[in-house]
Parts: sequence; structure tokens; C-alpha cells
Amino acid sequence: MALPRRDFLVGTAAAVAAGALGAPPAGALALPVPGAGRGRDAERFFTSDDARELAKLAVDAARQAGAGYADCRVSRNRTQNVFTRERRVQGVQDNETSGFGVRVLVDGAWGFAASRDVSRDEVARVARLAVAQARANRPSLLRPVSLAPKEPTPGGTWRSPIRTDPFEVPVEDKVALLLAANEAALKVRGSRFVSSSMFFLREEKTFASSDDTVTVQTIYRAQPSLTVTAVSSDFRDFQTRESTDVPPRGLGYEHVVDARLVENAPRWAEEAVAKLSAKPVEVGRYDLVLHPTNLWLTIHETIAHPTEFDRALGYEANYAGTSFVSPPEKVLGTLQYGSPILNIRGDRSEPGSLSAAGWDDEGVVPHEFDIIKDGVFVDYHATTRDQAQLLADYYRRAGKPVRSHGNSYAQSWADVQFQRMPNVSQVPGDKDLKWEDLIAATDRGIAIVGDASFSIDQQRYNGQFGGQLFYEIKGGKVVGMLKDVVYQFRTPEFWKSMDLIGGRSSYILCGAFGDAKGQPVQSNAVSHGCVPSRFRNVNVINTGRQA
Amino acid sequence: MSPRILDPGAPRSLFDAHEAADAPRYLSRAEAEALARKVLSYATADETRVVLTSGARMGTRFAVNQITTSGDRYDVTVSVRSSAGRRSATATTNALDDASLRRVVESAERLARLSPEDPEAMPELGAQQYGEGRGWSEATAAMEPARRAALIAQVTGPAREAGLESTGYLEGAAGSTAVATSKGLFAYGRQTESVLTTTVRTKDGTGSGWGGGAHWDAARLDPAAMAETAIRKARLSQNPVAIEPGRYTVILEPTAVGNLLQLVLGAANARAADEGRSFFTKPGGGTKIGMKVVDERVTLVSDPMDPDTHTVPFTLDGLPGKRVVWIENGVVRNLAYDRYWAEKQGREPNVGTAGGGFGGGGGGGGGGIPGGLKMLGGDASLEDLVRDTRRGLLVTRFWYIRPVDPRTILYTGLTRDGTFLIENGKITRAVKNLRFNESPIFMLNNLEAMGRPVRVSASEGGGPGLAVVVPPIRVRDFTFSSISDAV
Repeated sequence: MALPRRDFLVGTAAAVAAGALGAPPAGALALPVPGAGRGRDAERFFTSDDARELAKLAVDAARQAGAGYADCRVSRNRTQNVFTRERRVQGVQDNETSGFGVRVLVDGAWGFAASRDVSRDEVARVARLAVAQARANRPSLLRPVSLAPKEPTPGGTWRSPIRTDPFEVPVEDKVALLLAANEAALKVRGSRFVSSSMFFLREEKTFASSDDTVTVQTIYRAQPSLTVTAVSSDFRDFQTRESTDVPPRGLGYEHVVDARLVENAPRWAEEAVAKLSAKPVEVGRYDLVLHPTNLWLTIHETIAHPTEFDRALGYEANYAGTSFVSPPEKVLGTLQYGSPILNIRGDRSEPGSLSAAGWDDEGVVPHEFDIIKDGVFVDYHATTRDQAQLLADYYRRAGKPVRSHGNSYAQSWADVQFQRMPNVSQVPGDKDLKWEDLIAATDRGIAIVGDASFSIDQQRYNGQFGGQLFYEIKGGKVVGMLKDVVYQFRTPEFWKSMDLIGGRSSYILCGAFGDAKGQPVQSNAVSHGCVPSRFRNVNVINTGRQA
Repeated sequence: MSPRILDPGAPRSLFDAHEAADAPRYLSRAEAEALARKVLSYATADETRVVLTSGARMGTRFAVNQITTSGDRYDVTVSVRSSAGRRSATATTNALDDASLRRVVESAERLARLSPEDPEAMPELGAQQYGEGRGWSEATAAMEPARRAALIAQVTGPAREAGLESTGYLEGAAGSTAVATSKGLFAYGRQTESVLTTTVRTKDGTGSGWGGGAHWDAARLDPAAMAETAIRKARLSQNPVAIEPGRYTVILEPTAVGNLLQLVLGAANARAADEGRSFFTKPGGGTKIGMKVVDERVTLVSDPMDPDTHTVPFTLDGLPGKRVVWIENGVVRNLAYDRYWAEKQGREPNVGTAGGGFGGGGGGGGGGIPGGLKMLGGDASLEDLVRDTRRGLLVTRFWYIRPVDPRTILYTGLTRDGTFLIENGKITRAVKNLRFNESPIFMLNNLEAMGRPVRVSASEGGGPGLAVVVPPIRVRDFTFSSISDAV
């Protein structure tokens, strides 16, 4: 479930300050990993060779202590957050956390332990601790864990396809860019406040497993962001416009440059001001034309989450809930999820996406697979080796390989890996329709750009979503701006009401920097590519209320 | 390699006995002072602040009546904020060797020199007086895996015997926080927190009930009682009927009240109010301090010395934590002021600078304000409130709460895990879950009755979250806007 953007960044900074968080994004090329002992980082006490050796030592120690399977991740995470408002820099924060985590399977029970002290004695001690954890959990076990086979792979190295390492870019340049963007926004009449920021992650992760896979991955993630607030002169109304046109990506500093914050800021400011005088929407049913910058979040909440396998099994019931896409035997291959033009795929390979990686946190090579085909639900995602086994019968009958999709992930060295969402994206339509075409084809509706409010129930039925900008459509034309709009629906009816979608050239890769799941909560970053899409006759309510 | 500091004060658990406890579980006061002194000795900047957080988070997760994952996680973070005149920056590390400590200081100082001057820069504080931190429990600190498994068995055992499926999470956290400045400030506090929550479902998926609670003292958690509540609600909630969305009289259990009430403080940033972009903005300009905004029976406070909401008694910039009255008898008495805005507006600062209003939910909790959140109440029990209700809905908790309109603190979310119709003082049937679009401010204007406050687990993610103590309440005209099929 997605955390509101601000909450995620605050939580991240605070959590990093508490040494708790560091999460990798992902990309698709296999490049040699830069040596960990370069430049300013040369004083670090472990090199990538050391990390490999220590990870293998941990695995060996776990085996010796009785584990049937073991893996170890040695990670160093670096994050940087530069955030400003109006004409001042509110903070420049540079965080680093490193350590390792050992996961073991002993007699069918999982155990996990982690430490920030990456040394020979400590990896052996912590490996034994993990085994002791597994033994403490064993008595309560009703169903022993068994792992689906994975293709034997020696592993290798992988790095996000960045052009510019954000940690090499001088902070003065970052500050200058953000303050220039703020200035451009403030020049617009009526725009009162502006805040902007850029946030970067780099994770260097070395993994070793008892089935002889060793991987070394360097993963980057970048999120530039700007928000303008306009306040009415009588202090009775205020409206914001967030830079939702600029999604987070698994890229380097080039993503900040390409975001063109300075050039875009005036338009965002004008839009915030325009919202003050927009017409409050009349409650009713409308055809909705959703821009990819809005639709991606609806896909995330109403398609990507309910099709996570562990939710269907009930493992997430205490936090994020279960799923209406359940039980597996009643829905796989048969549930009509949406209209026949709905096609959804999972992957961890789209270049520049947040979830891309060479291997997951079990050493499995991820692959691309169908989740919804021609409107029918055909496969779960967020599968790992222990869960893929549970789908073996279905996969065999459907002629699919019995394997994990490679979706195991831990947010940091200190957290245990578990089943997480990969990128979940919509396949574009065959005809190359664009945003403008969908509007022109609509007689009475609302076009919605950008994401804002979002909420859904614990089985993913009742969803309610807002947006950044709302435009009234009449006779195929935009006739004015609306405000106070949210749309609310029941998921299967919503996706069945989709009757028109854009083509390849209208596809945009958006995403969530902070998707939360698990207890204790872990954060994941995931991309959702989609195209403009139209939905017929959707319930719209007005959220403006006076005291 | 980091020095091995043996701390005779660190908790010893059965688990520790198997291995040499050679890594610090958390920094003692003496260790924190020594470490802070060392880091400050490396500093060359005009002013430096060091924040040290250390501790253990010990959690066990269970699903469908068995333990799934369990882990103990220990970490120490050194955060250094350096100021060169009015320029500043922060760097953090979790490595304690001398080379890493020098490097983090150097990094913060270098970044500070490269940052522009901040017109709102505040000097670091000097020595302060702090209240005594009292939120430490040995029972919580000793929550090692076998003990957690035993507590969880008090939930999974009865659920299994009842033919139901329990899923949930138990966590204990124990650690310390220290703040030191180059101007002579030193603050130290240690803290424990614990939480247990469980969702119990029927095998056919038509019923779901929830029980849970949080406290800094794990001895105050009652797993058997939580299990009994969740099991009872799972059974009672089966085969719910749909009711028309609309405005209803509702009885909100304390957890549901906590889910919504923490949102009020999340919106209480003074500066945003002064800037015209908050519910607490007065029409025409200024803030609503002094104005009545809710029923006169409503009083909201934060107090680190309150036995139920003990927290570390200082902020991360070293401000002493004090009792703060936000709303008193319905009137706004205070908003969240950081040091800069407090000075500008002539008010007392009460929040750390990276915060300013604090958000609850999401498993994180806490923020810049010490002392959690408490709403004063009455003497009645939940059962008393139910008995006095002619017709209404009983809500166990709210979930997936997200902002809709900040001008009115309007949020949306849903009921979950135990929603019932009350008729003539008795629960008569289970009802389908409902989505609300409502504001805690409107809600507290429609207050009819309040009960006795208790500490609850109000976070969305099941972590300890903010320390929230609230009563059950009955309110009229609560706005449910649509039905959900979710169980």
C-alpha cells in the first residue's frame, strides 16, 4: 500500500537516521560494479571482494549450524536528501548505513538475524543466531516450508543503467537547481509557497546463497519533486499542485536534469492558482479519462495489490489485508477482472524502472509474465521460491514453468526478504491513440491528471481516488477546470467499464517510491507503466465541505 | 572493526545466554556520553550537534495460526549536524569505528560549507534541564524469540481451537536516544515500546475480528484478552448485512478514535496555519488559537510524564519535552511551533525542527513532539456507551485513512474487522464495512458521550506508532459514503 509522498520521505529520512532503512531500485544492464573502494569511499572497511567472502562465510556457518538452506546479504546503502522551500534550503542530509542479514531454513522453519558489524567473527555469530531463531519458531510450525527449484546460476554483477552518479554531483549544483525552480514558480502571480527536493538512493548489495549463487548489484533510485501552494486572498481556500508529471525512477542524476523542474515550475504554479477558481464538481456519474500520471496509482491499488499471492493466502491479513482475488483455485485462469482490452504484465526489467534487478533477494533471475490477459486473471505475482510450489498444479496444467517470478526483496541489510510487488504495467492498445484522442471521443466526462488522495479497503474492493487536475469534458472538448473531485468504485465493475485505451506512444512509466507491506513494515519501490484510459459511468463525489 | 563495549546494564535474556553478548544492545548513558564527546572532538565547525540512536527491534510475525518470520534487529546511528555560520548540513552513519566517525563529521562539515546561508538558522542549544525518562520496562527489553513465541501461542492456540485463523504481529523495541551539542547540551533517555495486534478470520472468509494494544511496558499487554476479543468478533461478524450509506450515530471503540484523533495533531503545524494553508488558519489571517473548534468536553494533551504516554523527554534538537495542551474544553490553546517559528511569533517552542505536527499511522509513529497524545474522557465503559445507544453503529477500527481535503482535515478510510448495528442498547447484527469521508473536527463537534481513556495501537502498519490514549466515544452524523464488500 502506497505511503503518501511526504510521509514516505519523512519516514525514510527518520528511519535512516535511526539506521533502519535503505532500499534498492533496479535497472536492466549488467555492467561491472564500481569497486567499493573508490574516491571518498576508500576508507570503508569492506571492499566488494570482502563482502563476497563474508557473505559466503555466513552461509557456511549457517550450514554448519544445521541450516538446510541459507543466504546472506551484505549491503551498504547511501541516501541523500536536499530539500528547500521558497528561497531557503531547509536541509541537506547525507545518510549511510551498512551491515548484513542472514536468512536460514532449518527443518522447514525460517530464521533471520542481522548486524551492522561486518566482520568475520560477527557473520559467523549472527548466522548461528539466525539458526537459533528458526529453532525457536519451529515448534509452532503447522506447514513446513519447501522451496521451488531455481535455475542453477552462478550469479554475476548488475547495475542500474545510470548516466550520472547522483552522489558525485556537487551539492551546490543541486541547491542552485532547486532554488531556481522555486523562483520560477514564485514569479507566477498568486502562487504563494513552493517546496522542492531531490532524493537519491544507492544500494550496493552482495548476496550469497547455499545453492552457490553469488550476486553483486548496485542499484540507484532518484526522485525530484516540487509542490506549489496557492492561497486565496481571503484565507478561505488553498490549493496545491504537485509535480506528479515527474515520477521516481531507477536512474541517476540525469533523471533530475530531464525533469526540467525550472522550465516546468511556472506551469505547475499556474495550475495551482487556477484550481482556486475552478468550478466545484457536481456529484454524479461521469465517464473518466485518466492520464497515466493518475491511473498508475489506481492500477497499483486495485490490480497490483490484490494479485499478490501471499495476500490471497492470508499472510498479510493483519496489516494490508487479504484479496478478493481468492481462493486461487476459484480464480486462476477464470476470473474476469476487467474488459477484454485489459492486459497487465509483471516484470523487473523495464529500463529505468524502480523494481528492475539482475537477481532477486533469493538469487532468482526475474522474468516477464502475464498477470491479466484479455481481461482474465491468469497469474499471481509477488511469488518467491516457497510460494511458487503452492501454484505448481496450476502452472503445470497451464503449461507454465513452476518457478518463482523472482520477487523476493528486503529493504535493507537489517530486514528479512519476503514477497514484494515487481513492476506491474498495462500493455498499450494496438491502435496508437493518444490522450487528446480519448478526450475527443468523449461526450460528457472528466479528465484527470496526476495522483493525489487514494484509499481502498482491505480486500481491494472499494476504492476512492483523487487527482491533481480535473477538466470538464463536453462534446469531445475540455470546457473548463473542476475541483474537489474524487472518484469511487467497486474494483471489478471499474475495470470492466474500461472501453478505450491509448497506444504505445502514450505509455508513461510512473511509480511509487514508498510501497509499504509486512510486519514490521518494509518499504519497496515499484514502477507502473500505463496508457491513458477511459472508464464509463463512474461515481464522482465532491469532497469540499464547510464546517 | 567496531569496539566491543560490554554494557553491564544491557538486558540479558535467555537468548543472549547462548552467545556472548558482545555487541551493545543499546548505548548506556555513559557510552553515549563518551561517543558524543569523541564525535564532537573531531568537529571543527562553528557549531555541531550529534544525535545517537541505538537499540533493538524484536518482532515476530504470525499468519494462519503459525509463526512465519521472526527477527531481532540491532542498530546504532550517529547523526551529525554541522553549522558554518548560517550554513548547515547533516550526515549519518551506523559504523562506530574511528575512521567512520571522522568521515561522517567531515562529510557534514563539507556539505555545510557548500550549502547556502539559511535566514532561519537557529543556534544550537546549550545545557537544558530535562524530566526523567520513565518509559523503560525490563519485560519489554527481554522479549526474545522464545518469549515472543510463547505470547503468540496465547493467540494462535485459542484461534486454532475455535476453528479460526489468526494472523498478527508482536513487537518489542528497546533503545536509547542521546543529543549533544558543542554548546554543552547533553540529553539522554532510554525507552521501550511494545505492540501486539491480531486479525482473526473465519475459514470461509465471511467473518473477521481484530484485537490489539500497545504499551511501553509489555507486561501490560494481554494476548489472551486480545485473542478472545478478536475471536468473538470474527464469529459475530459473519454474514454481515448491507446498510444504506449515510450519516449515522456511531460508537467508536478507542482504537478507532485513536486512528482519527492523531490526524488532528498531524494538521496542527503553527506555521502552516499562519501561512493560510491549514484548518487552523483563521479566516482573514492568523491562527485559530483562542477559538472554540470542537465540543467543550474535548481536551487533547501531550505529556511525556503521563504514565501511559511516557516517551523520551526531549526533541532531537534538545528541547525539553513538556506537557502541551493543544485543545482545552474545545478551545485551541496551542499549535506546533519549532524553535524558529516560536521565536518569530513570540510563543513557546514545543516541537523538534524536522517535525511540526506529527503524523500517526504507517507503523512509524513519533515525530517531533514528545509525550504521545491523550484525549481526556469520562468514566463510562464501552459497554455503558453501547447500552445507552438507541440506534447506531459500533466500529472497531478504521483503516487505509488518507487525506482528502486539508482545509477541513477531511479524510477517507474504511471500517474493518468488527462493525455492528446497535439497536436499543444491544448489538443485533453484523454490518458490511463502510467507507467514510469525515473530519475528526466535524466528528468532535457532534460528540454525544465519552468513556474511559485507554492506550491503543493506532498505527496502520502494526508497529508501536504514536503513544495514543483515547476514550471510546459516541458521535452523531458520522458520514459513511459507500459500502465495501471487503471482509
